[in-house]
Amino acid sequence: MGTETFLEFEKPIAELEGKIKELRHLADNGEVDIGSEVARLQNRTEQMLQETYSNLSPWQKTQVARHLDRPHFSHYVAALIEGFTPLAGDRLFGDDRAIQGGPGRFRGRSVMVIGHEKGIGTDGRIAHNFGMAHPEGYRKAVRLMHMAEHFQLPILTLVDTQGAYPGVGAEQRGQAEAIARAIEALLEVKVPVVCVVVGEGGSGGAVALAVGNRILMLEHSIYSVISPEGCAAILWRSGDKAREAAEALKLTAQDLFKMRVIDRIISEPTGGAQRHPQEMVRRVGAAIEAAFAELDNEGSDYRASRRQKFLEMGRVGLA
Amino acid sequence: MNWLTNFVRPTLQSLVRKRETPENLWEKCPGCEKMIFHRDLIANLHVCPHCEHHLRFAAKDRLRSMYDRGEFQLLTVPGVPTDPLKFRDTKRYSDRLKENRTKTGDDDSMLVAAGAMGGMNVVTAIQNFAFLGGSLGMAGGEGMITAAKAAIDRKAPLLAISASGGARMQEGILSLMQMPRTTLALSMVREAGLPYFVLLTDPTTGGVAASFAMLGDVAIAEPGAMIAFTGQRVIENTIKEKLPAGFQTAEYLVEHGMIDLVVHRRDLRDTLIRLFDLLMNRARKAAADGESVAIPQIGYAGANDAEGVKRAAE
Ligand SMILES: [Zn+2]
Repeated sequence: MGTETFLEFEKPIAELEGKIKELRHLADNGEVDIGSEVARLQNRTEQMLQETYSNLSPWQKTQVARHLDRPHFSHYVAALIEGFTPLAGDRLFGDDRAIQGGPGRFRGRSVMVIGHEKGIGTDGRIAHNFGMAHPEGYRKAVRLMHMAEHFQLPILTLVDTQGAYPGVGAEQRGQAEAIARAIEALLEVKVPVVCVVVGEGGSGGAVALAVGNRILMLEHSIYSVISPEGCAAILWRSGDKAREAAEALKLTAQDLFKMRVIDRIISEPTGGAQRHPQEMVRRVGAAIEAAFAELDNEGSDYRASRRQKFLEMGRVGLA
Repeated sequence: MNWLTNFVRPTLQSLVRKRETPENLWEKCPGCEKMIFHRDLIANLHVCPHCEHHLRFAAKDRLRSMYDRGEFQLLTVPGVPTDPLKFRDTKRYSDRLKENRTKTGDDDSMLVAAGAMGGMNVVTAIQNFAFLGGSLGMAGGEGMITAAKAAIDRKAPLLAISASGGARMQEGILSLMQMPRTTLALSMVREAGLPYFVLLTDPTTGGVAASFAMLGDVAIAEPGAMIAFTGQRVIENTIKEKLPAGFQTAEYLVEHGMIDLVVHRRDLRDTLIRLFDLLMNRARKAAADGESVAIPQIGYAGANDAEGVKRAAE
């Protein structure tokens, strides 16, 4: 299994896996023959994962979407993008490592890849500010969007952020304006835009990179106007109503698909992307390829069709 | 259709209001805490005569203070699904909506008005903070799209007046989607060569600040208005530090290069007329040269309902 970090609702699974480990340890010491017992327990674990993960509540999905072992921007790019060259800086103030971006080749196609990077390990997470961008991040993204437009590179974005960073410097330097400009730039470009919400789609900081011709979401990712905790604090006036808020907000990929806000759900391996990151990256790659191929066939005015998509959003298919 | 009956009649309405408001009503200024005679407050456009504090100004009163002779039309905004999430916190969202509709007499927090300012056609999309904190939901998005379409049709500048706590949580992701939708609306106005201005009033925060409110060709704010992406409490909780003096006020933003002007309410109308007049240059030139400005097609049925004109009920 690909993760050592178990979520609260995964306790029974953790216990089973603990038992398997224990048995293996005993077997290594030659004390017992455990072959059939381990197989039985492994089956049971797999079954339990299958059951648990096909019935995740919105709040459980929120935790899965935030799981530290889920593949990040850097994993996807390493496996899917040849010659990816991250470009730095907004040319105004600084470089923001919470948002990464640059040109590269995706299956024979030159693309501009832009996404949030939450960072790996404690040092990595601090260096990337946990994927919470400052204005510089969004302004770098805008610069890269314009570059993509100039050189006619399709844009691929990977969305994974709790939200834009709430800080003094971020406000001073125009967090709101920076986000608004990124949205505007994605509405302006004539090249095709494919967006994938790979983990957490947190509010304005996420939508800034998620205005595309195709918007895909991983099966257990979330995308919301506000975090369940934030919503609970405001509307219930209590942070511990996050579970209720998560239900009410309808923030799962399945909910968004029903509301026609997203185009496709990419299924996750049993037990979530965090258990099988390589398989997840493979599936995401296939989904991106399919999305670009679809757009090739549509092949005309990507800007007009993107605008039309957003104009119609909420007008079609809602009760 | 009798065109005249569709105009708001300011005199009649102010008469009605006077009867509703006791003559001897006083209000306390949130700025200096001095008492202000209600009639003085109205005469002074809801600005404190003692300390110049700009109090909240109801959307229709504000419109009256800006349009010539206080006359404007309210444009019909196409309807949107009510409570698509069946959202319920401590209260049902559908009940909150009903209450706010009764309280304000409006369908939602965004009103769209058209009329003359200094003899020039101007379309305004204005948020009413009294309606669910001015929050931006699907109806607000349709409002901006309606306003953009009206501005383009009339070859008129568009003014957005923001007063909002941000996106309307009770509409979930659909409220977040109004950030690109409102941005799209103003992009189309810009492409038609028409000026798009924003007047940021207290408060303008969250998803509203991070979309149409910060994208004006000219950004004007009212004195003392709170303008932010993230609210102060959230920031304080994150950084565990005291915030700088005047943080996130209109004056702070102009100092940091984020907006163009801070304008006193009594000077606002003149400022708008002057700048609109100057920047309508391109649209006028195009008209004089007989060029048709490339008018972007909004291309979906709902937006055309904006042609209908609705009486400003109060
Ligand atoms: Zn005062």
